[in-house]
This record gives sequence, C-alpha cells and structure tokens, in this order.
Amino acid sequence: MFRYILKRIIMAIPVLIGATFLVFTIMDFAPGDPARIILGSNATEAALASLRESMGLNDPFLIRYGRFLLGLLHGDLGTSYRNGKDVFELILGRLGNTVVLASSGIIFSVAVGIPVGIISAIKQYSKLDNVTMFITLFLMAVPTFWFALILVIIFSLNLGWLPSSGMQRGFPDNVISLILPTLTLGCGYAALIARTTRSSVLEVVRQDYIDMARAKGLTEQAVIWKHMLKNALIPIVTVVGLNFGTLLGGSVLTESIFSWPGVGRFVVDSISYKDTPAVLGSVVTLAILFTLVNLVVDLLYAFLDPRIKSEYQSTWKRAKKK
Amino acid sequence: MSTFHQTENPHGQEGNVRSLWKQSVIQFKHNRLAVAGLVIIVLFIVTILTTMAIDQITNYSFYNEYIIKQDLSLRLAKPSMAHLFGCDEFGRDLLLRILWGTKLSFAIGVVAIAMSVVMGAPFGMVAAFYGGKVDNAIMRIMDVLLAVPYMLLAMAIVAALGTSTMNLLLALAVSGIAKYARIARAAVLTVKDNEFVEAARAVGANDFTILFGYILPNALAPILVQVSLGIGDSILAVAGLSYLGLGVQPPQPEWGAILTTARTYMRDAWHISVFPGLFLILAVIAFNLFGDGLRDALDPKLKR
Repeated sequence: MFRYILKRIIMAIPVLIGATFLVFTIMDFAPGDPARIILGSNATEAALASLRESMGLNDPFLIRYGRFLLGLLHGDLGTSYRNGKDVFELILGRLGNTVVLASSGIIFSVAVGIPVGIISAIKQYSKLDNVTMFITLFLMAVPTFWFALILVIIFSLNLGWLPSSGMQRGFPDNVISLILPTLTLGCGYAALIARTTRSSVLEVVRQDYIDMARAKGLTEQAVIWKHMLKNALIPIVTVVGLNFGTLLGGSVLTESIFSWPGVGRFVVDSISYKDTPAVLGSVVTLAILFTLVNLVVDLLYAFLDPRIKSEYQSTWKRAKKK
Repeated sequence: MSTFHQTENPHGQEGNVRSLWKQSVIQFKHNRLAVAGLVIIVLFIVTILTTMAIDQITNYSFYNEYIIKQDLSLRLAKPSMAHLFGCDEFGRDLLLRILWGTKLSFAIGVVAIAMSVVMGAPFGMVAAFYGGKVDNAIMRIMDVLLAVPYMLLAMAIVAALGTSTMNLLLALAVSGIAKYARIARAAVLTVKDNEFVEAARAVGANDFTILFGYILPNALAPILVQVSLGIGDSILAVAGLSYLGLGVQPPQPEWGAILTTARTYMRDAWHISVFPGLFLILAVIAFNLFGDGLRDALDPKLKR
C-alpha cells in the first residue's frame, strides 16, 4: 500500500514539471515586450535595454525556464504587468475561492448524481428512469455560461431570491452567494455522474455475487450499499476524477460570469490585459491543482479496489520474504 | 437503446455474411434516438450550406445587409412576427445571426477535432505498436499535455498567440492531441496481437503498411465513436472561449460570441440569452445521441 502511494507520488513529479514547462513554452510565444509594458511607451531605448538585461529577458530559453521553476519552488511567480503586485500573492488570495467553488460543485454533483444514478438503475426502464435520463442528457449538453445566464434571469432578476454576482462576506450571505455558481458548475457534472453511476450499477447488478448476497438472505439495504455500490464505485471515482479538469475549465467560465474572485476569473482578466506573468502563474497553479487531484483519485483506487491493494501487498510481502 | 441483436437478420434476403460496417449501419438505423441525432445534424449542415450559398450568390450583400449592418431603431426588439427571435443590441435579427453563426460554431468544433485526431492518433498508434520505451516516452509526453485542463490549455494558447478564429482553432486542436493519442493507443492495443497482423508480417509487409494498412482499419471503430462523442464538447468549448472574448470576434456571428453581450442586456432582452443557447444545446445533444448510437452499433464491447 505504502509502495503504491509512493510510486504514484514519484510518477506525479515529472508530470508536474512537464506541465510547467509546457505552459512556460506556450506563454513564451506571447507577443509584447515586457520591458515596454512595464516602462510605458515613452521609455528610451537605453532604459528598455537595461531593464531587459536586468530582468534576464535576453537569457536563453532554458535558463529563463530554470529561473521560473526555481522561483515557483520559492513561491515567486514574478510581478504582474498590470499593477506591479506579486503574482504569487495575487493567486494565493484567490485560490481559496476557487477551491471553495470547485469543492462545493463536486460535493453537490456527487450528492445528487450518485443517488439519482442508483435509483435510476434500480428502477431501470421505469418512467422515473426515462425522465431522469432525458434530463441528464439535456444537462450534459447545456453550456456552463448559458446555464448561468438562465439561472440569473430566473432566480435573480425575476424572483429576486439570489444575488446575481459576487461573493458576499459573512454567514449566511457567503453561502447564499455560492448557490448559483455551485448549481452552474455542478449540474452538468451531476448529470454525468448520474449516468455513470446508473450504467456502473447496472453492470454490477447482473453479477453472480449479487444473487449470492440475496440468496444468503441479506437485506436489500445491505445488498445495495455493501455489495453493489462498493463495486460500482470504481468507474464512478474514475469519472469524477477525470472530469475534474473539465470542472476547473468550467469554473473559469462560472467565475467570470458571477464575478467570483477566483483564479479562473483572474486568468481571463489577465489575458485581456496581456499580463503574461499572471496568466502563466495562474494556469500553472490550476494545472498543479489538477495533477494533485488526479493523484488523490489514483490513491483512492487503492482503497476502493482490493485488487490494487493486494497486488502491492503481495509484492511487498514477496520482497520481504526474499 | 436498441434491442436489435447482431445475430438476428430481419432482412433475410441479404444473405448471412455481412461486413461489420453494413451490420453497423443496420443496427444504427434501429436506434431511433441516434437517427434523430443524425437528422438534426443533417439539418444543421443544410443550414450551413444554405447560408453559404446565399452568401456566394448575393456576393455577401445579404450578409452585410442583414447579419452585420446595425439598425438602432430595432435595438433589443422583442420577438415578434417580423423578427421571430427578436433583435440584438445593434438591432440585428437574432434568428438570422444564429443561422449564420451555425457555420463557425460547427466548422471550428469539427475541424478542431479532426486536427486533434490527425496530430494525436499517429502518436498513440506508434506507441501501442512498438510498446516498451517508445510507448513510455510518447505517453509520458501525452500525460504532460493532459495535466493542463483542456479549456485552460486552449486559453493559454489563445492568450499567447492572440485572439482570432484561426488561433482558437489551433488552440483547441493542440489541446485535444493527447486525448486522441490515448484513444488511438487503446484501440491499437486491442487489435495488434491478432493473427492477421502476424500474417501481414509473414508476407513481408513493413511496419508502416502493417500499422496503417492492416491495424488502422480494424482499430477505426472506437476512434470514430470517441470522435463523434467529442464533437459536442468541442462545440461547447468554441462557444465558451468565444463567450469569453477569446475566440470568434465581433461582428462575425457565432453562438458563443452572440451570448457575450447577453449578460449585459439580460434585464431588458432575455431573448438574446435564451435562443443561441437553445441552438447550442440542440447541436450538442444531436452529436451526443449520434455518438451514443455509433458506439452501440460499432463497439459491441461497450454495449450495456
């Protein structure tokens, strides 16, 4: 078990470094001379040249990348072109908000998606199942930003129940301002989870061990929770994990629409200001977050799937015996 | 989902032996939802061709007069008989703009995926075919590409290259490479140990011929299925990036770009928000249904 965890963590490191390299390379194509952006259009050629030299902009690509990576490890992502503030601190101040929104989106979608999927599977081909599957098909096709617009039109403009944008401070206002962004982010995801759960449970329902469990005289509750769901959970965890990236992408749109002060909105704002260090820093941050979530999902498998656990336990024991 | 089984043969006169493709077509036809999806897609394609034909015949005078030209007397006009979907903030007919926007929404979504497949699939195929170190090297690079979420990678590329329709296309195409490399790899892995591959090798075919002449046709089905299922997401990504102002630029009509201003005017003009979104949903549902049907018809293993 420990070996499995260690192996996964070690495997994640080159991916993380690679991701920073990829984003750094892409952003290196960004137009505009950083020195001119900082000094303004009136700067003399000599001042520009000396700033370029002192910023290390004339160094070879790999050295600049090395410096960026070193800075990243020290929590230094450079200064924003827009306001001269420290990019790392700007991101850090927003990261919490993104994590709150993403987590509440995931919690909502799992809390709704899994029960709906199970009920649909147990009552397969019933009216309830058909209606649910139609709704999920619809929700999966709904564009995040459009769904947000419709929610705002209904709940903010017409009914006036919920705020249309921003993040309020203090309880319960902060929770209330989280409701619409969470629904925006979570509904499509909940639909995906419901569909995956349904097909995963349907797969498991037909297995012999379910008949066996019923034949043993277990209660239906025990059959569903202990035998069906635990085995059906692995594909569900896969889908939840794999689509976390989509969720982060969706959070960029959601944050922009609801003026949610997170990293996603920061990316969009920074792009429109051509603030390259800020774009680079925030995309790298979100990529790291995504990789870490994938790592956690990988580790979850080990707890869920006894086959992975036993594989590593046996090699461990075998190694010990030798 | 179709209840039709491959072993049954309702059209007995066709003989007993059928190719996989022929069988799949028959199976697909029995899937009503999938056929509905296909019909909607065809309708959209007819729309695109019609708008393009009108543009060509009128030498863009219709386009300039009704799609681009502003008429402030009709600003934010509500839906009426004259303007079924109402007018946008510049007094342009929303229905016409949506119909003309179909071309860009569809074309970018589909071409981006096609480019992703053309660029990504060969990597995955080579990785699966040679295995070992080659496989490891290629797939680790793909892991890195996958480590940056699709939308974010596309946004970073657009940010670096500048906002334009071509750059949007390029950004989405590059962002999809890793996904289709993985899919192609998985598809090749399942067929590469078949006897026909050994037979091809025995008659002296070289690696290139084996991979593209023998393995690819047999691995094509799962790749096609994933492509058709990916188009919906791709169209959503085009619209999402255009919505953020990172894609198709005004005054060109595109569904996501039309929605950009919708938030500003939603208090006075709900129709600008509602209608382009409904078209987007319809298109995505159509591709998803079509893809599901294709999967059921082509990929018996994935059938529930």
